[in-house]
Amino acid sequence: MLHRIPAGVKLTGLAAGITVLLLLDDLRGLAAATFVVFGLYAVAGVPPRLALAQIRPLLWFCVVLLAVQLLLTGWQRAVAVVLTLVLGVALAGLVTLTTRVTAMLDVVETLLGPLRRVGVRPDRVGLVLALTIRGVPVIAGIAGTVRDAHRARGATVRPWVLLVPVLVRVLRHADALGEALTARGADDDPPGNV
Amino acid sequence: MIRVENVSHRLGERLALDGISVSLAEQRVGVIGANGSGKSTFARLLNGLIVPDDGTVTVDGLSTSREAREVRRKVGFVFTDPDAQIVMPTVGEDVAFGLRGSGLPKPEIARRVTEVLGRFGLGGFHDRPAHLLSGGEKQLLALCSVLITEPAVLVCDEPTTLLDLRNARLIGHLLGSLPQRLVLVTHDLAVLADFDRVLVFDGGRLVADDRPAGAVAYYRALMG
Repeated sequence: MLHRIPAGVKLTGLAAGITVLLLLDDLRGLAAATFVVFGLYAVAGVPPRLALAQIRPLLWFCVVLLAVQLLLTGWQRAVAVVLTLVLGVALAGLVTLTTRVTAMLDVVETLLGPLRRVGVRPDRVGLVLALTIRGVPVIAGIAGTVRDAHRARGATVRPWVLLVPVLVRVLRHADALGEALTARGADDDPPGNV
Repeated sequence: MIRVENVSHRLGERLALDGISVSLAEQRVGVIGANGSGKSTFARLLNGLIVPDDGTVTVDGLSTSREAREVRRKVGFVFTDPDAQIVMPTVGEDVAFGLRGSGLPKPEIARRVTEVLGRFGLGGFHDRPAHLLSGGEKQLLALCSVLITEPAVLVCDEPTTLLDLRNARLIGHLLGSLPQRLVLVTHDLAVLADFDRVLVFDGGRLVADDRPAGAVAYYRALMG
């Protein structure tokens, strides 16, 4: 059901949801919000593993945040801060999982529309966002290939050793991508701008 | 008709193309040559990715230097590495990308995406993340993403080089059956057997221009 809601409505709902989370300062309210977020994931039919994957990258950050908050405030405040962060990211993840990138780009382009008057090209901004999202698995793939190449040659793999070869390959990929975008007409001015 | 007249082009210090003149009107034209012979540079001339230092290139009367936008609408380009030409995160969105800004209504874009994916055996892949496709599937996606804009000419720069034999044959067969005029840069000499014409490049020069059997024989002799 969530998949069918327009992207603009979902993004507005996300902003409203995060605002409400920030305003909640007691654990009972946050517990209720947790049930709501669980409910939304259930309604969207997101498998538990995929749902957990949305917040897993936060794990170590949350541990540090919890520790700092425990030292500076009390346990209730510490739990509330961490829970607010986790629920906010979970909500954002849910919007991402149930919304096509192109639909989000349409919203971004619409919102940036008025900036055309000052020379901003909303379609270019949208394209940059799409390329950023697309770039994550590409760069991860490049890093994996370089790491495997080091292992295959018996070298000890240390992150800083991989940095230069990964950077070189990412720059080469960026060159090729730029050429492909030109070939696909992305570099051309839209009709009416010429 | 593609006309290349007295074209020379340098890539840095190296003369990548040296005084090339050729007219291409055939349905299927192959381009072969050793690595660094200038064949990829030649291919990039044809849709304006490279504007030559000297000489002119026109496609159906349109100049690649002065009317690049119109030329790129007419001439689609498929690269060797499909990863470098996939722009959007999912298969359907990447194919639809080519029609963004075309003015077509969304239902029509969706219909065309479904149609082209189905035609190339990617019908069930619409919502799949593009980065999870196999190499062959990615190249099919790249092909779909170019063909949805319905170009009159398709230029492919070694589209099967990174593929296994099965996928290379599949892509080669699909390219051969397209209604578009095709210019195919390749190292796969077998795929050129029923082409109309084959150009052989060496050291930036066009050294042979013949029917496939003659051109391939010349190339084999050249390579020793």
